[in-house]
Amino acid sequence: MTGAEVLLEALAREGVEVIFGHPGGAIMPVYDALYRRTDLRHVLTRHEQGAGHAAEGYARRTGRVGVALATSGPGALNLVTPLADAMMDSTPLVAITGQVPTTAVGTDAFQEADVTGVTMPVTKHNYLITDVNDIPRVVKEAFHIARTGRPGPVLIDLPKDVQNDEFTGSFPEDVDLPGYKPASRGHPRQIQKALEALAAAERPVLMVGGGAQHAAESLRRFVATTGIPVVATLLGLGVIAAEDPRFVGMPGMHGSVAANRALQHANVILAIGQRFDDRVTGDIARFAPQAHTIIHVNIEAAEIGKVVPTAIPVVGDAAWVAERLAAGARPLDLGPWWEMLRGWMLAHPFQVPEDGALRSQAVIRAFYEATGGEAVVVTGVGQHQMFAAQFFPIKQPRSFLTSGGLGTMGFGLPAAIGAQVADPEARVLLFDGDGSFQMTLQELATVKKYRLPLKMIVLNNGHLGMVRQWQDLFYDDRYSEVYLADSNPDFAKIAEAYGIEGVVVEDPAELGAAVERVLAAPGPVLAEFRVVPEEAVFPMIPAGGSAEDILIDGSEVAE
Amino acid sequence: MRHLVSVLVEDQPRVLTRITSMFARRGFNIESLAVGRTHLPGISRISFVVRGDDRTIEQVEKQLNRLVEVLKVVDHAGPHLEREVALVKVRVDGVEGRLEIKEIAEAFRARIVDVARGALTFEVTGHPAKVDRFIEELAPYGILETMRSGALAMDRGERAVRLKGRKEAV
Repeated sequence: MTGAEVLLEALAREGVEVIFGHPGGAIMPVYDALYRRTDLRHVLTRHEQGAGHAAEGYARRTGRVGVALATSGPGALNLVTPLADAMMDSTPLVAITGQVPTTAVGTDAFQEADVTGVTMPVTKHNYLITDVNDIPRVVKEAFHIARTGRPGPVLIDLPKDVQNDEFTGSFPEDVDLPGYKPASRGHPRQIQKALEALAAAERPVLMVGGGAQHAAESLRRFVATTGIPVVATLLGLGVIAAEDPRFVGMPGMHGSVAANRALQHANVILAIGQRFDDRVTGDIARFAPQAHTIIHVNIEAAEIGKVVPTAIPVVGDAAWVAERLAAGARPLDLGPWWEMLRGWMLAHPFQVPEDGALRSQAVIRAFYEATGGEAVVVTGVGQHQMFAAQFFPIKQPRSFLTSGGLGTMGFGLPAAIGAQVADPEARVLLFDGDGSFQMTLQELATVKKYRLPLKMIVLNNGHLGMVRQWQDLFYDDRYSEVYLADSNPDFAKIAEAYGIEGVVVEDPAELGAAVERVLAAPGPVLAEFRVVPEEAVFPMIPAGGSAEDILIDGSEVAE
Repeated sequence: MRHLVSVLVEDQPRVLTRITSMFARRGFNIESLAVGRTHLPGISRISFVVRGDDRTIEQVEKQLNRLVEVLKVVDHAGPHLEREVALVKVRVDGVEGRLEIKEIAEAFRARIVDVARGALTFEVTGHPAKVDRFIEELAPYGILETMRSGALAMDRGERAVRLKGRKEAV
């Protein structure tokens, strides 16, 4: 067997079924070996960044390790953004990159880049293989590291000569990594203390993040028994069903008034699988001022105490800890607390402005109503992303796929491709902006190639809307370089050029029919909705502010 | 607060880069760093001096522990030894200067390790503060070059930085 064949065999032994990638010179032996394997499906993207985000979409939808394959130099460097994105959002990924032959490494050879050096800060770990017999061990370690503990991306750089070398080694059964022993169980005494703190709390709140997506089943039982109010970060949406009466909402910069006030008034916060991101907390000094006890459950010890002082740290796997919490849960008597929360929820729901104009909020809500919320929602980054979080309540875990920590514009289309490949039966809705969509729209070719029935909804406001909103609020309306409408393409025609059905909607009266048409189409559809350009996302807590500074609907902003 | 930390690592290519790049990325303020092999095959030991409050030191330890090749992190908070080796080359002209310099060296128990017509090279060992002072004392005579090892750290007594599951102390 050659190194390339060994690599693919090792991937198959890890249960890999799909590889997202793009070939090139230094990875050709692997592509040649792939040509002869029928059990590994390769999805060809048009750019390595697309392959990386597609692998992320696959991983986020399934919880399994996504695999991306690229050549050396430029191919590998195009994976840097998806790797950083996966690192920030704890997404399990294994990226395999070709490298120039070991004899040429360090000589500025054609398409050479120091990829292990470049990706060191944006991977959980990385490898440069120099001995063909190391391939099975390294692949096994890479998958183990990617999927255990706090999941994350691992890169394997494989020089071309090593891909061609004859293998004389063996496939190890086990992983031996003395320096890598992730916690799996939380300390039972700490969990007991957490339950006691909750039982004594007048105003407790459960805060769930992306690290709790796999703990949804236990957490839902815990919430049902205790009746505790729940807030979910952007990546935690779907852990608790949005229609659950105990779900208060998403806190943070564009979260709901009620969810932000819940944290602001809580005296005990049970945080599971999230890391107190600055977009959630705002000004740390003024975050959750009444919370005398923060219980922080995280599998990453380094996250505990990093941002907020933690009274009860629990280092462990969210699902394991949630199961013990559910087992020890007792009903909590929270009548007065719920009265406050219900008051805020009723007073400040997310509302679609009713002025007859075509607005992103209305489009998203129309898709929610037409699907009954039964969909996997994928977004790009920008205003539309926040509107999707606000107006498409998420019912199930792993059903809202979005770039949270890194905020990667262009994440949407390739991630939606990955999600649809992972889950061919799912109804995958991509909500994207005109700016974000254009960053990776070459992947329409991938949609075409595999006839993926994606519903791509481009909310075209002709601007980089979120930047425009900040210019509006904080830069005295100096709209510097955010105008796109003069040079945007006709999105429907672009889709048609790829043989994909294109739809354009300008008239709000056509919204309902357009939504029906998009959803009824058996194949892919790109629907461009020409929404009002001067929309802003509210509520908003300005950067560095606290929940006290929340702008509820923009009417607080002086003209 | 000044902390002295020892780290046991797997002796792999780039392990030092991983550690120093993490320090730089997270904004940790590292004063000195020393690295060398241990008596165990494949295991290296790094000692470094870091300044920060308790929360910073806690983060330094936790972030180090995230690295796959880091086997053990110890903050030498108890009684410990701290030593640094330095080579200091000083300009000498004339017999008088040479004698004065030798007197200073004796006071610091520094050894002459190289002699030339116009220069003397000393080896001095001790706490980094002592090395600082030795260099300061020699400064007026004209220092040609210095090379310091960075602080080496070890707990006093029977405590040792050990690997779990291994009998030998490292």
